[in-house]
Formats: sequence, C-alpha cells, structure tokens
Amino acid sequence: MSESPAQSYLRLSVNGVAREVSVHPMTRLIDVLREDVALTGTKEGCGEGECGACSVFIDGVVVNSCLVPVAQVVGTENVTVEGLADGDTLHPVQQAFIAAGGAQCGICTPGMLIAAVALLRDNDEPTEDEIRVALAGNLCRCTGYGRIVQSVVDAATLVRATKGAGA
Amino acid sequence: MRGIVSDHELTSPSTLQETLALLSDDPGEVRPIAGGTDVMVELAAGVLRHRRWVNIWQHDELRGIGVGEDTITVRALTTYSEVRAHDVLSREFPMLGQAAAESGAWAIQNRGTIGGNIVNASPAADTPPALLVYDAKLILLSSRGERVVPYRDFHTGYKQMQREPDELLSGVVLPRDPWLVGPDSRALQRYRKVGTRKAQAISKVCLAALGVVEQGKVVVFRLAFGSVAAVPLACTAAEAVAVGSAADATLADRVAAALTGQVLPLDDVRSTARYRARVAENLAREFATDLANGLTGFAR
Repeated sequence: MSESPAQSYLRLSVNGVAREVSVHPMTRLIDVLREDVALTGTKEGCGEGECGACSVFIDGVVVNSCLVPVAQVVGTENVTVEGLADGDTLHPVQQAFIAAGGAQCGICTPGMLIAAVALLRDNDEPTEDEIRVALAGNLCRCTGYGRIVQSVVDAATLVRATKGAGA
Repeated sequence: MRGIVSDHELTSPSTLQETLALLSDDPGEVRPIAGGTDVMVELAAGVLRHRRWVNIWQHDELRGIGVGEDTITVRALTTYSEVRAHDVLSREFPMLGQAAAESGAWAIQNRGTIGGNIVNASPAADTPPALLVYDAKLILLSSRGERVVPYRDFHTGYKQMQREPDELLSGVVLPRDPWLVGPDSRALQRYRKVGTRKAQAISKVCLAALGVVEQGKVVVFRLAFGSVAAVPLACTAAEAVAVGSAADATLADRVAAALTGQVLPLDDVRSTARYRARVAENLAREFATDLANGLTGFAR
C-alpha cells in the first residue's frame, strides 16, 4: 500500500501572492487556479493543449495550465490573466484588445492576452507573421483573428510608447 | 469521461537517486512524468491507465544541452524551446530544431521534453525521425548503473521499447561527425512534416533525411519517417539500396521501390493509409532527386 496521502498541502505563488492549498499533487494547475485559488479568468477549452485558453506564465514562461500537475509549480512564480494589470491600470495588451475589439465571446481572450504579452516582452515590433506564429496555439472559436492580430499590433505600439516615455 | 485524479498517485522525490530507487523497488509499477504534455491529456480524458507516477521535472541534472568535442548531449528534460534556442544544435542538427519548432505551439514547446517525446513512443512523434537519421544514442539510467543504446534499436514495436521498467531515459547523444553535420559538410538534410495545419497539428506523415554524394556516388543515405508504421521508422531497406549506388536519375525510383515493405501506414482519425503511403513516397522521391541533383545544406 502506498503511504503517500491523496491530498497534500502545497505552497504556491500566484500573481505575487503566496497561497496554500490542500490538493492532490497530480491535480491540473488550471483546476487549482479556478477552484482552490478562485481565479476564474483562466479558461478551459479543450483540456488537451490544443486551444491555449488555459495559458498562464510559470516563471515567465507560457504554458498550458491544463497540462501541468500542480506539484510541478511548487516554488515557481505563477501569473494568470488576473495578474497582468498593474493595480487599476490595464496592461497595454488588455487596453488594445478592448479598443480594437479583440474579444468576442471572451473564452479565448485570457490565453490570447498571455500569449501576446509573452510575444511583446521579447519583441515589441512584431510583424503580422510573427504575431500569428506567437498566437498559433490559441484558438478563437468566434474566429475573430483579424481583430485579435490588430489588437496585438496596437498593443506593440502602446508598449513602445510606454518604453519611450519611461526612458 | 473525465479522469479522476485521486485514482492516481504522484510522488515528487527531491533527489534523482530517490526517483531511481522508486523505479527499481517495484519495476513497472511506477512511471516517470516530465512535462506532462502527453500524460496529462490522458488524465483529463479519463484514459490514463497507469496508476503510480513519479515526477521528475524537479531533477535539474536531467536538464540542459552539453556540447562536447565529438558529441552533443541533450539531456532528457530539455524542452523543445530549449532545443530550438540552442546555437550549436540548430546549426549542426537543424532537423532536430525544425522538429521541435513544429511540435505544438509555444506553450507546448515550453513544456514538452525530448525525453518524453522518445519514451512516450508515439509513432507520430516529431523528433524521433530526426534522431534516427542523426544516429543518436540514448542514455538509460537506473540504480543498477547506466547503459547506452543506439536509438535505431530502441523502438521494438508499437509503444514497445528497449527501456527496462526501472530505467529512466536521461539523455540523447548526437555524434558530431564533421563530415555530416559540420560547417564544411556536403550533406543534404531535410525535415518535412505534413499535417492538417502549420501549427499544432499532429503529423499525418513526417520525413527526416540526410544524404551525401561524392563523385557521383551516394556515400551516405539515411531516411526516416513518422506516422507510417508502428514505430518511428528508419527505412533501412531504402538506405541499403541507395548507399554505394549512382546518384543518378534512377535513385528516386530505386528508393521508392524499397519503401513498400517498411512503410505500412494505417487509417486513423488523422489520415488514411493510402494518403500516407503516397505522401511518404513523394517526400522520399523528392529528397532522392534533390540529392542526385547535387543539392546540399538544410531544406525543409
């Protein structure tokens, strides 16, 4: 018989806040985020790493939270869509998605935002091709890709302007 | 039906020695989980049959790429993103970088590992054809010690492999043969994945190939496919036909004729046997023709 308990107390950092949860260590990160940490911004689409709706950052790296057992994020810094804004100030990517109509039903939006933030962090002057590659793992069932890509183009402009102003 | 997580068990030992001990205590009872991009899909879908899992993600000694004089070692937990980003690897083993770049989108590439891609043993996996062509070797680690197995001998049947139940794949060794992969190499290298869309799709067929022609003769010819057999397939019959023969207009026909006994695809959700066999033949012919025409370097 196994002596390992079904539930473990795990310490997680989500959006800079330390959390302690009592969960099975193989629970999918998305389930812990939504059900135990009560952050429901992260969505589940396919549950198999195809749609990207559940994208989050683990130590700054984009992953599908439906494919990560929670035991693997102990000691990492995890950021969800709720962690993108700086207080009441939305992230430039969020501002651009609102202004350009980058969200329709909204299910894919959190993942799109995370993927776009990841892209612009490394490349604030992406071509349309680069944007489409960066978002290739994020499916929009409303098929609003034109506005989504435009939102990222606009967000890049905002990011560059912010950097210029902050210099 | 949704999987029930409490039907499974996951332990996260802090040391590799503890993990190896777990694997050897009850051989076959405990299986390793790395990036989770295959295992967690099965868990969610309710089809994960295996009960006891050991998390190896925290074992940093299984991570990274070591460049030696004669070999490059890609340790098992190296992600597709890390493979793509590595200078020497991308330059000398471009098919591997290409395979990594075409395995899922970024979020998968950030988590999926080369070790997982091998031991998950899917015939549709993207890096195995490249590893077959580069004549990689696998390092298998257990509490009994370490052994090295040629990758070409590793897959023995559908999801069957030479890994013993207590063994952990710890790394992949790529030979840096300057003649084949160095800056002065005259080899033609090609990796082609055919799927339903450019991003994210699982292969219908994928080809990796490497050839060298000298003075009108084929001196090296290596050809491998994904998704056309029960295992990632090295087309040894076609290789044998090509090597030593004239690099002429008949090469493509001779290679194509030698595929028939080994390229034995299935009908499944992703494609049909007929389509796969035809595309595999077309890709092999195209490669053989380009090689005979004197093309060198890396081309998709």
